[in-house]
Amino acid sequence: MTITDSPPRAGVRPVRRRRSSDRGFNRAFRWISHGAGITILVVLAAVALFLLWQAWPAITAGGEQLATSVPRFPADTSLLAYVGPLVFGTLLAAVLALCLAVPVAIGIALFISHYAPRRLAQLLGYLVDLLAAIPSVVYGLWGFLVLAPVLTPFWLWLNENLSWVPLYGGQASTTGRAMATVGVVLAVMILPIITAVSREVFLQTPKLHEEAALALGATRWEVVRTAVLPFGRSGVISAAMLGLGRALGETMAVLMILSPGFSYSLDILAAGQHQTIAAYIAADFPESTGLGINTLIATGLALFVITLAVNMTARWIVSRRKEFSGAN
Amino acid sequence: MNLSRFTRAGSAVAVGVLALSLAACGSDPEPADSASGDGAAESTETDSGEEMASLAGQLSGGGASSQEAAMNAWRAGFQQANPDATINYDPVGSGGGRTGFGDGSYKFAGSDAALDDEELAAAEAQCGEGGVIEFPGYVSPVAVAFNLDGIDSLNMQPETIAGIFLGEITSWDDEAIAADNPDADLPGTAITVVHRSDESGTTENFEEYLHVAAPDVWTAEPSGVWPVDGQESAQGNSGVVGAVQAGQGTITYADASQVAELGTVAVGVGDEFVEYSAEAAAEVVAQSPRTEGTSDFVYTIELERDIPGTYPIALVSYSLACTTYADEATAELVRGFLTYLVSEEGQQAAADAAGSAPLSDTIRQAILPGIESISAG
Repeated sequence: MTITDSPPRAGVRPVRRRRSSDRGFNRAFRWISHGAGITILVVLAAVALFLLWQAWPAITAGGEQLATSVPRFPADTSLLAYVGPLVFGTLLAAVLALCLAVPVAIGIALFISHYAPRRLAQLLGYLVDLLAAIPSVVYGLWGFLVLAPVLTPFWLWLNENLSWVPLYGGQASTTGRAMATVGVVLAVMILPIITAVSREVFLQTPKLHEEAALALGATRWEVVRTAVLPFGRSGVISAAMLGLGRALGETMAVLMILSPGFSYSLDILAAGQHQTIAAYIAADFPESTGLGINTLIATGLALFVITLAVNMTARWIVSRRKEFSGAN
Repeated sequence: MNLSRFTRAGSAVAVGVLALSLAACGSDPEPADSASGDGAAESTETDSGEEMASLAGQLSGGGASSQEAAMNAWRAGFQQANPDATINYDPVGSGGGRTGFGDGSYKFAGSDAALDDEELAAAEAQCGEGGVIEFPGYVSPVAVAFNLDGIDSLNMQPETIAGIFLGEITSWDDEAIAADNPDADLPGTAITVVHRSDESGTTENFEEYLHVAAPDVWTAEPSGVWPVDGQESAQGNSGVVGAVQAGQGTITYADASQVAELGTVAVGVGDEFVEYSAEAAAEVVAQSPRTEGTSDFVYTIELERDIPGTYPIALVSYSLACTTYADEATAELVRGFLTYLVSEEGQQAAADAAGSAPLSDTIRQAILPGIESISAG
């Protein structure tokens, strides 16, 4: 076995030629990869600039002016007060989805990495990845036509018997087109990414840690608790944040399932209370003109800022936790 | 084994892929450009010798999305008869259609509302004085549909409908409903209203109807946006119909062609109740008076919602064109297309495809002279 990047023997022509061609090749590749890296920055900057530039007329316009030219805009509010409920709805949907998805995803990941027989684990892994390949419009249709009717009796029951829980109050929707259903569908949608990343992280737990725990007489649950979970914590958090990013920006499924409304209500079973930014833009863009479009883009800017903040927080948490995890 | 060969082959592939993808980024989006056209009619020579020669060229219009399904049928029908002709219709919305027609980027347009004075002035600047053609080419009845087990049809006065959609009448066995339906076995189910979540001409039309027919109950000014908060809603006609089907005791308004097996409301007009039908909806357009003081070829109507025997909730969508175009080919193409659009055949095609109400002969006769006058000049 030869490795050509070993120091060349001087004066041997073929080698030198190869080196010079290698150098040209190296340079070209470096340029291309630099270019690719810079492209990302340029695209991001272009998107941010576009959002700011297009949102600016709506940001600078007064509430009155917006109220006359944007159909949904209520009189005597500011743009901030208008976008507020949308931001709230977006975060509520994403947080609900995360609360439902993360425990299940960790469970699946642990089952695949530490409990399931090898074959079953592989099959399950494929199936989970398959979930990620389903387009969101299909999830939307499924949620709208199948899941909502199935969940409705359950939501009504919750509403009837547990209405003292803040989330289950209000007048429950009789068609299931409420935030709770959206939360369930979004949870299913972000399940694959969280599961896949968590599984990889759990699989990387140092064998020595696990064996040490076993040697001390730990049961399998204790091994998971003392060796696997602490080691994987930061990985799971970043997985959850990846999922959160997807849930925040999800459009089609929300658009098709939710009966939108603009409020700060916590009643996730009620219809016409919440709306997410992405679905709002998709729903209203076709008939918007002028300042209406600027307002839509201003809400898009808000979503951009939220997503940026979420990702930066995630990075920060991961980098902070790294020191405490079992990795070192 | 020689590792370097493999790594080099691998990196060559990587470089190739990167180069390709970068090249793809940089390439001109030419196909998109030519597809959108600029409303220009790039015509090929037509056989001027023969009278019945099929038309050729490209024609771009745009506007109301409500006309989209019908427009697809018209385009298909027209292009079948004239294989060399291409008609494009961009469903950008009524406002966009009127603006595009006014600045000349669309040679014809569709709009759910008639041109206002300002827009008419802009259009006349394009078409010449008195040169604007405007007629109700697409009439789409809006049905009030509900989902109640075992009930196919209910009679309702406009005030009752307005009360239900406002959320003031909350139960199906409410006296207001029962009074008009003595024979119906009304359940005590709660009423769930489903409205359109997107901005829509159907919503605006329905609100307009309620505002005119039940002014005491429905006081909100009509707009494309639903005025009541906290109700169920869904996107598009198929969305609201789907939501109504999913629930019990649900009610909505939707394009009549979409309501399928749902129960429908016979709407109170004067002393009687009129069940939805395409004929009854066409009748309301035929019997409503024409707007006064317009130029010859502007056939707009003042929709009246209380003519006995007619179905009053209809979306009237206008078609816009000029009487004169810069070149002969465009003029011929527009004339040919609009003639087909208002013809019995064209109207039937739209009815089959979009459930619209075909125009009556009287209206057809009134608007044909305008279309026939289209020429180059």
